[in-house]
Amino acid sequence: MEQPLSLTRNTAGLPTGRLGVWWLIASEVVIFGGLIVSYLMFRVAHQEWADQSAHTNTWAGAFNTLVLLTSSLSAVLAHQAAQAGNGKKAARFLRFTVLGGSVFLVVKAIEWTTEINAGLTISSGMFWSFYYTATGLHGLHVLAGMVVMLFVAADAAKNKNLHRVENAGIYWHFVDLVWIFLFPLLYIAK
Amino acid sequence: MAGNNPPEATHASHPNYVKIWGVLVVLLIASVAGPMIASATMSGHVKTAFVLITAFGIALVKAYLVAVNFMHVRVEPKIVMFIVAVMLGCMVLLWAGVAPDVQRHQGVNWDNISAKEEIKRALSAGAKHAGDGKAHEGAAH
Repeated sequence: MEQPLSLTRNTAGLPTGRLGVWWLIASEVVIFGGLIVSYLMFRVAHQEWADQSAHTNTWAGAFNTLVLLTSSLSAVLAHQAAQAGNGKKAARFLRFTVLGGSVFLVVKAIEWTTEINAGLTISSGMFWSFYYTATGLHGLHVLAGMVVMLFVAADAAKNKNLHRVENAGIYWHFVDLVWIFLFPLLYIAK
Repeated sequence: MAGNNPPEATHASHPNYVKIWGVLVVLLIASVAGPMIASATMSGHVKTAFVLITAFGIALVKAYLVAVNFMHVRVEPKIVMFIVAVMLGCMVLLWAGVAPDVQRHQGVNWDNISAKEEIKRALSAGAKHAGDGKAHEGAAH
């Protein structure tokens, strides 16, 4: 069987597969960057947003930050194991990362339920529109990352396509980076 | 070889990832505690500056640590940083182009009446919400 093109072709000093992941991240920078920049502009101009952001749960946000940082640790440990040729260990770390993503989404779902029950919906004001859009879009990215990780882990457990472990990890770290900025914006600056 | 390829050894020497995670957790605690301490003990510009530094300054440090140590951007070819920098430049362009209209509500020969009304409406709704909360607390007692 031939090696995949994503691993053998090298057009920019790095394998095409990894270059593809970086292009994906570049497009995500524009998506999340646009949201964050817009949020900052409106936050500066609308003092009433401080009152509205006072309703977000700082402890839930902090806990979720800890969960994502820990899942990033396991993703990078999976990369280290894959580079050492230990596919089974890499798969275990990747599945732990997926577990972290699941915990993150459960906490987020509880938060949303509490807020919606309190009457704070996506149409309650511009702050809440930003809040639900940004956290919802981020949550979808977490979900997508979890699905990718499960496929990569299934291969890695058989010592196949180990180069994909790093590619999936780079994406996951980016999702973590986005949350690192959303956390102070939505939960701390009150 | 049938597709069982370990990643090429671009990151031959891995740092101590657990130690870096520990530093990130300490920074997380500082970013939560800092604004709380500021709210309880400070006021005015000093409070604002302290909150900005502890919340957003620490977020920048955390992002740097993740990018450098977990994403290994330092050992990636320069084209990676170039691609990401161009996209971040687009964000600066977005801000520079739109901020004058969004961040200000009046200027020479223009007045953003709807934004001012929205602020007034939201502030009074917030005050009413707070009043209702106090009334509920009073009824509970």
